[in-house]
Amino acid sequence: MAIVEAKALIKNYVAGDITVQAIRGVDFVIEPGSFVSFVGPSGSGKSTLLNMIGCLDPPSSGFLAVAGQDVATLHGKEAAHFRGEHIGFIFQDFNLIPVLTVFENIEYPLLMVQNWPAGKRKARVLEMLAAVGMQDQGDKYPGQISGGQKQRVAVARALVANPKLVLADEPTANLDRETAMRIIALMKQMRDEFGTTFVFSTHDPKVVKNAETVFFLEDGMLQKEGNRKGESHE
Amino acid sequence: MNNIVKLAFRNLKRYMRRTLLTSMLITLGVVAVLLFISVSGSFKGMMIGQITDSMLGHMQIHAKGYLSSIENLPLNRNLTAKQVDKARQLLDENKSVEAYSMRIKLGAMFSNFSETTNVRLNAVDPQQEMATVPGLVSRIIKGEKEGLLARGEILIPELIAKGMNVNVGDTIVLVATNREGSVNGQPFVVRGLLEGITGPGGRDGVIHLDDARSLLRIEETEISEIAVRLKDMGRLDAVYEAVNGQLSAMKNKMDKPVFEVHTWRELTPFFNIARMIDVMTFFIKIMLVSIVLISIMNVMIMAVYERINEIGTIAAIGTTPGKILALFITEGFLLGLFGALIGVIVSLAGIAGMNAAHISFNFGRQEDLLLAPTIAAGDVVMVSVIVIVIAILGSLQPAFKASRMDPIAALRHV
Repeated sequence: MAIVEAKALIKNYVAGDITVQAIRGVDFVIEPGSFVSFVGPSGSGKSTLLNMIGCLDPPSSGFLAVAGQDVATLHGKEAAHFRGEHIGFIFQDFNLIPVLTVFENIEYPLLMVQNWPAGKRKARVLEMLAAVGMQDQGDKYPGQISGGQKQRVAVARALVANPKLVLADEPTANLDRETAMRIIALMKQMRDEFGTTFVFSTHDPKVVKNAETVFFLEDGMLQKEGNRKGESHE
Repeated sequence: MNNIVKLAFRNLKRYMRRTLLTSMLITLGVVAVLLFISVSGSFKGMMIGQITDSMLGHMQIHAKGYLSSIENLPLNRNLTAKQVDKARQLLDENKSVEAYSMRIKLGAMFSNFSETTNVRLNAVDPQQEMATVPGLVSRIIKGEKEGLLARGEILIPELIAKGMNVNVGDTIVLVATNREGSVNGQPFVVRGLLEGITGPGGRDGVIHLDDARSLLRIEETEISEIAVRLKDMGRLDAVYEAVNGQLSAMKNKMDKPVFEVHTWRELTPFFNIARMIDVMTFFIKIMLVSIVLISIMNVMIMAVYERINEIGTIAAIGTTPGKILALFITEGFLLGLFGALIGVIVSLAGIAGMNAAHISFNFGRQEDLLLAPTIAAGDVVMVSVIVIVIAILGSLQPAFKASRMDPIAALRHV
């Protein structure tokens, strides 16, 4: 079963009398465990698509299923629960909570969203800290670590609750080349280790190059789909 | 819930200066209110205590209609022997009554053999009177205090003493007209001078009850008023309800009530001052509420505004709107709690300090009255609860705003 399936997906934004068509009837399927990138110029609809997959923004019409759930009807509390259960997020600006330590930031989804018991929670966070190579940095606050380390923490936070899907919006945009490559490698390693599906929106050729499936978007429409073997489909 | 409290606490710690300033503002409000309540309460208590303990008693019983014509001191509205017995029986049976004093109130001509003036008099049984208004003795500013007075003696108001040039040990004559219009005179020795205090009866002289009977040629028991002292003034309303209920049920032949019962509140204009103090306390509380409400709202609005991106993040990763709401309300609650807690501690220290400093003040013609501020646990709890509830209310709107924020818009916020 596909982890994400979209059919005739449309997203319109209405501002007064003006309706902007951000996504114009796209169809795609993302298989579990894949490393997928949505690529396109600014305003092409990448972030909108990611927001819809992440249940942050409902589609205007069409069908969108994530982890077998029709997410078009999820709102507010149900959408929050669904996100907490099935989806991890990695943000361009890392978006760590500044008052929490690295350990606590990673722990947050287990504590505030999923209510894991303390012992199990600690073991899982330590596992994730080790997985992203931050085992010695758990007591530090986000203000005390580098950008690359922050993104590692963000990766760990996104994966800590064993989500089926991780959505990453421009995850390397604020990182230098070397750090960006390390983060991409880390995410791939995490995918291999935990079998999680990673979906990016990006401009970054480094990410695009590493993606196994690439969806090209332009003006809200899917132009073509490519895979790591270089095949592409119009 | 613990995690929400922990996170809220960390967020407050993050903006330490702002948190401290807001807490200080709340603390200042709490201190102002609690100190005002304690000092004004002390002043009020002293004032009421002085009026009730040296003059009125806590409650008074009269014949129906007496109080409305008390200025004339009408002898034809005295309680009869039978009525006095009924009232006496009732008061003796009431366990809350500590003492009561039978009084005849009369007006007389006061003569020093060369000049004459009017005087209002309370005729009392000294033992009953001292038990009912123990503060009366302390108003004797000159003369022997022990035993209050004996037959043939008079305590005169100091103003009359000055005006009539009369001193302790002098003999004066009282001339009074009785109910039938018969005039009688009787000599008295000035036993002491009484300090005048403001309020009804504050400038009355005092003679022995038996002297009043002979002066007015009263043969049977006849009483103008019964002043009552309670063991616990806090039970005043309950005792009043009981006594008044029983006495007002007694009717005369024309089926009209025989008695009227009043608490000290209805007998002195100082009750209005006491009420004014209560009203002032109420307005001070309103000011406290405003301070807390405005400061908490201001801080929480700022907290939400500054953390929009963070709110978007926690919402995106699955934090429910309810938990986001709880997080911000908890921050407001903690601010109110800190402010109230510190305010209570500072206030209690301030009250203890004032008591240790033995601050004295003058009230009217009374000097060196000791300020003894106290605060009831109920007042401390009430003010703390008000502050905390208002702090929660003040954070509601910003918290709702945070919880209903669109995660996408919040994440885009710079």
